[in-house]
Amino acid sequence: MPFSIEEIYETARMILFEKLDIRTTTLGVNIKDCIHSNFSRFQKNVHKKIVRYGKSLVKNAREIEIKYGIPIVNKRISITPISLVMETHATSKKYLDMAKIIDLAAKESEIDYIGGFGALVHKGMTEAEKILIDCMPDVIASTERVCCFLNAGTTSSGMNMDVVKIVGEMLNKTARKTHNGIGCARFVIFVNAPEDNPFMAGAFHGPGESEASLNIGISGPGAVRSVVEKNRECDMTELSEIIKRTVFKITRAGELVGRELAKKIGVSFGIVDISLAPTPSPGDSVAEIIEAFGIEKIGAPGSTLAIALLMDAVKKGGAMASGNVGGLSGTFIPVSEDAGMAEAVASKALNIEKLEAFTAVCSVGLDMIAIPGDTPPDTISAIIADELAIGIINNKTTAARIIPVPGKKAGEKVNFGGLLGKMPVMPVNKFSSSKFIKRGGRLPSPVTSLRN
Amino acid sequence: MTQGDIMKKELVFITVIGKDKKGIVARISMTLFKRNINIEDITQKIIEDHFIMAMLVDIKQANCSVETIVKDLEKIGKQMGLIIQVQHENIFKMMHRI
Repeated sequence: MPFSIEEIYETARMILFEKLDIRTTTLGVNIKDCIHSNFSRFQKNVHKKIVRYGKSLVKNAREIEIKYGIPIVNKRISITPISLVMETHATSKKYLDMAKIIDLAAKESEIDYIGGFGALVHKGMTEAEKILIDCMPDVIASTERVCCFLNAGTTSSGMNMDVVKIVGEMLNKTARKTHNGIGCARFVIFVNAPEDNPFMAGAFHGPGESEASLNIGISGPGAVRSVVEKNRECDMTELSEIIKRTVFKITRAGELVGRELAKKIGVSFGIVDISLAPTPSPGDSVAEIIEAFGIEKIGAPGSTLAIALLMDAVKKGGAMASGNVGGLSGTFIPVSEDAGMAEAVASKALNIEKLEAFTAVCSVGLDMIAIPGDTPPDTISAIIADELAIGIINNKTTAARIIPVPGKKAGEKVNFGGLLGKMPVMPVNKFSSSKFIKRGGRLPSPVTSLRN
Repeated sequence: MTQGDIMKKELVFITVIGKDKKGIVARISMTLFKRNINIEDITQKIIEDHFIMAMLVDIKQANCSVETIVKDLEKIGKQMGLIIQVQHENIFKMMHRI
C-alpha cells in the first residue's frame, strides 16, 4: 500500500464524519466583451456566456466530486462588476432587466448564486453607480440568485462615506421588500475587496482578472474542531501546530480539486481561499472550534485571542499547502449560519461590539447579523463604518452583511431558512451617530498607505 | 499515446467503514471482477472502534465509468450496512505526501 490505512481513514473520516467539503467552486467570468449598444443584444450576450460557462462548471464539478469522493457544495459564477459594463445603459429599468436575465441564466445552468452585481466606489461614484445603488433593493427583491456588492474604500484611497451613508437606507429598503429582511443576505459592503473572492455574496470577477478563472473555497471547521478536541491538554504553541497540519491537508484537497476542475473547464486556475466556512449543521461550526480551545462560549474574554490563534495557524498551514492562496482567506463567523455563534448570542455571551473586535483578527466580523427592524439607517451606516474603518487603517479586507429584520425587536428569534440559519435579533446601541454620518465625504487614506 | 501511457495504472482507493462481517471482500471483489477492475492490495484494521478496510484497485481497464463503480458499491454498502467510499489516489497523494 502506498499509504497507511490510518492515512486513508483520516481522509475518509474528514469527509464522511467531519463535513470536510469544497464549499464553493466559483467561476469568475469576464462579461466586458458582451457589451452592445443594442440593449437586448447585450442581454442575450450576457445570458449566453453565463449559461455556457455555468453548464460546464456544474457538469465538470459533478465528475470531480465522484472521482475524489468529496462533496462540492456550491457551484457559482462571479461576473465583472456590473457597473463597469452598464455605464451607457444606466437606467433603473435596464439594471433591473439585466439582473433578471442574469438570474435566469443562473437558474438555467443550475448555478446557485451569481455575484458581481455591484460597483467599485471606493473613492467616488459615477451617476450610473448612484442609480445602481438606488435600484439594488429592487434587484434583490426581484431575483433569487443575484448577489450585490460595493467596495466602499481602500487603504490607499480612504473610505467613501457618501456610499456608506446611503447603504444604511438601502439596506432598510431591501429588508422591507423581502421576507424577514433576508434579501440583505445577498448584499456585502467591503473595503479592500479582493477581486478573486470565491465566497458569496461578495464575489465578483475583478477588472484585473483574466477572461475566466476558477476560484475555490474550502470548508473544514469540523475537521479542525475534531483535532482540537483530541488535543485538549496541549499548550497554545502545540495547538497551533496541530491546526496547521490539518489545514495543510484540507487546503491540498482544495488545490487538487481546483486545478483539475479548471483544466477540465478549460480556464485558468485562480486561487484557493483558505477561509474556514461554517454551516448551521451540527459540528460544522467555527464557534465550536473556539469552544474546544477551552472557552465556555464564544464571546467570552479570550475569544479574540482564540480567533487570532486559529487564524494564524490556518494561514500558515494553508500558505504551505498552496502557492495560490487568495480571496479573503480569513475565517468566516457568520452568526446565523453558524449554530454555535447563534447559540452564543442567545446566551448573551456574544454581542455586536465583540464581533467588531473579532474583525481585527479575522476578516468579516459583522456577517449575517440580524438587528432590530427599527434601527435608524444612520445607525446601520455607522455600524458598517466602524467595521470598515478597521480594514482601512489596518490594510486588510473587512466587510459587513447586516440584516435589519422588519417588525422584530432585540431578542426575538428569526429563521432565515436552510443554510442561512437562524438566530436571535441582536441589540444595537441606542445612542445616535447620525450627525457624524450625515457629514459624508471621504475618510482620507491613512498615513500608513504612503509607502512609496 | 505511448506504450508507457497504455501500461500506466489508474489507481483508486475503496475504503469500507463499519462492522466486520462475512462476505464483504467477496461481494466487493465479485462486483469489481464484473467491471474488469483489478485488485492491487487490501489491508484492514480496527481504528476508533470502526472496522476499516482499504482496497487499492486499478480501474484503467474498467468496462464502466467511475460513477457506475460508485453506484455499484453504494448498493452493496446499503445492503450490508457499511459506508463505502471511492476516491482516486491523487487526493491521498496531495493530502499526505509533500
